[in-house]
Amino acid sequence: MSPEKPALRAVDSPSETTTHEAQAAAEDARVGWEQFQQLIEEDQRVEPRDWMPQNYRKTLVRQISQHAHSEIIGMQPEGNWISRAPSLKRKSVLMAKVQDEAGHGLYLYSAAETLGTSRDEMYQQLYTGKAKYSSIFNYPARTWADVGAVGWLVDGAAITNQVPLCRASFGPYGRAMVRVCKEESFHQRQGWEILYTLSHGTEAQKQMAQDAVDRFYGPALQMFGPPDDESPNSQQSMAWNIKRFSNDVLRQRFVDMIVPQAEALGLTLPDPDLKWNEERGHYDYGDLDWDEFFSVVKGNGPLNHQRLAHYRAARDDGAWVREAAAAYAAKQAEASPRSALLSA
Amino acid sequence: MAETDPHAPADQIPDGGVVTEDPADHSVWPLWEVFVRSSRGLSHVHAGSLHAPDPAMALRNARDLYTRRNEGTSIWVVPAAEITASDPDSKGGYFESSKGKSYRHATYYTQSEGVPHL
Amino acid sequence: MSHSGGFTSQDSATKISVGDAITPEDVSASSAVASDETARYALLLGDDCLILAQRLGHWISRAPELEEDIALGNIALDLLGHARFFLTYAGSAWGKTEDDLAYFRSEEEFRSCRLVEQENGDFGRTIARQLLFSFYTHELYQRLVRSADTTLAAIADKALKEVDYHQDHAAQWLLRLGGGTDESKRRMQEGLESVWPYLEELFADVEPTPTLAEQEVAVLPSSLRDAVLTRLSSIIEESGLEVPASKGAFGADRSGRFSENRGFILAEMQVLARQHPGATW
Repeated sequence: MSPEKPALRAVDSPSETTTHEAQAAAEDARVGWEQFQQLIEEDQRVEPRDWMPQNYRKTLVRQISQHAHSEIIGMQPEGNWISRAPSLKRKSVLMAKVQDEAGHGLYLYSAAETLGTSRDEMYQQLYTGKAKYSSIFNYPARTWADVGAVGWLVDGAAITNQVPLCRASFGPYGRAMVRVCKEESFHQRQGWEILYTLSHGTEAQKQMAQDAVDRFYGPALQMFGPPDDESPNSQQSMAWNIKRFSNDVLRQRFVDMIVPQAEALGLTLPDPDLKWNEERGHYDYGDLDWDEFFSVVKGNGPLNHQRLAHYRAARDDGAWVREAAAAYAAKQAEASPRSALLSA
Repeated sequence: MAETDPHAPADQIPDGGVVTEDPADHSVWPLWEVFVRSSRGLSHVHAGSLHAPDPAMALRNARDLYTRRNEGTSIWVVPAAEITASDPDSKGGYFESSKGKSYRHATYYTQSEGVPHL
Repeated sequence: MSHSGGFTSQDSATKISVGDAITPEDVSASSAVASDETARYALLLGDDCLILAQRLGHWISRAPELEEDIALGNIALDLLGHARFFLTYAGSAWGKTEDDLAYFRSEEEFRSCRLVEQENGDFGRTIARQLLFSFYTHELYQRLVRSADTTLAAIADKALKEVDYHQDHAAQWLLRLGGGTDESKRRMQEGLESVWPYLEELFADVEPTPTLAEQEVAVLPSSLRDAVLTRLSSIIEESGLEVPASKGAFGADRSGRFSENRGFILAEMQVLARQHPGATW
């Protein structure tokens, strides 16, 4: 799993460079490599303009952009409930929450942009269906209780994943996650509160809550990714201090956290194998349906097509607005080049 | 950042930390860096980035994005492409000199310990 | 004060706080009780904000750019806040909550204007609707802050500061779409044309407003007309677009007649609450 050593591939086309330049480039790369290794070993932060291995950069762009895409697509299931939220207070909370997700997507895209990939390029990857995002958002938010379950379980799993990412070795990613985690602290609580109110409400409300938890429990646990022995990229990410804990470790942490929370809700988690293991000091949980998981990842989830179509429609419908604003800015700059920068 | 070639293939390492958008594509809004003063008496601090077509909209977008939770009393926006940054490769040359000059710090002067108001 | 802990760079850029401002819960907790007439006035003001917030909420995840999802979300949240202030205060007259009024009144009982009930359409049309409504409410709240009713005055004071930004947002976009591309110019003009017929209704003096205006509780709608029209005409001309020539659309004066859209808006907004009458959420 040793990342490529850049000194070995310093010159792609020797005909374009003199031997002297090639040697200088190789030397630069060697020094950069050593500095990078030292930063990682000392658990320091790598910043955008530092030298970094290609694969480190690629891994980060992939991970951060997928994370951003998940926030953006994740606006849809809950966004569908803004218009039907059953009280004005809940409507405000939900609007603020879905809006936060747009903000979190934006912070993350910004972090990825510092690695040299433009946001537009990342948009294109999502638009064309090439990019991945968290599979859980391909499931429908069918009832109001689903909004609660998404907040409690989906955001709960996301936070469990994100808190260690605040210490990711790449500075901008860590800083984006700090901001996201601060803002997201209300997301899980509001979800739990929705479910609590439902589970202490009418019989119909309680059923609605239980049904939502039944449907979201498994997919939420799968948000941590495949089991460690089937997750080949994880090890490299951990060696680079991007990821701090393995998928299974984080999943276990999450299970241990939600069991007492479910009890406080008065709801059952749909896993007959869920029980306290005294020896391990953790809850044991049953096997997850990984066939379903990989099938949804491959595009066969209930709503893969609709989620993407919604996103594309928004981009398409807004194209004329983006063009108009850019054209207006260009005209202003032409009329008065300095004032274009100073008029704010 | 002048050293970043906007036409470079995606898998090529850019020198700069920030990519410059292709100026030929008029529908892509440029990147801005946002600085927020959280309260009077404090400096503006880098809060993050965003995209906007022009300075006026950049300022408004910054307000909408970076002060949703009462974080600020004042905002600066700067086109990311206008920032000149020090070269991380010349870290030594830039920042070595200031190290080891302990006489620039009050803690270097120990004789006055115990003397009031010194 | 000498402690420097609060000055670390990361803290100062992300320090979050609730901030000090009036909340709907404050209105609810206060001992202020509206008279029946004042409540009917507050209802009219609140319904406008509620329906427009409902409309704008639809944009979140559909805006032209991510930054605009957030901007429209902020405006929708402000408007929803205003609606909650007004409805809570209105409800104090009749022992009803904001939710009783929002979810359990029928189409005939809403008092919203047709302007806010218009469909979002494209972004240009939404901006046109925002422009008209924010210029109107800005003028309105500027005077309502001097209301003899201290609760209405306090609500107007909070809302005015927020509407100030809504006005600016709409105006900035009007200028950009009006002066952007041929397509944006055409669409923005069409947006203005489509909402303009519903401007006149905002200035109709319908009871109880004139009576309350005499008591200096309410603002007489017709008194806002000249100021709003002058300011709208000026910004539209600045954007290079034309002030629509259309007259006010016949058929509504806030006295109970309403647009075809209202039924659909309420059906969607109220569906869940009505399936579970008496439930708490």
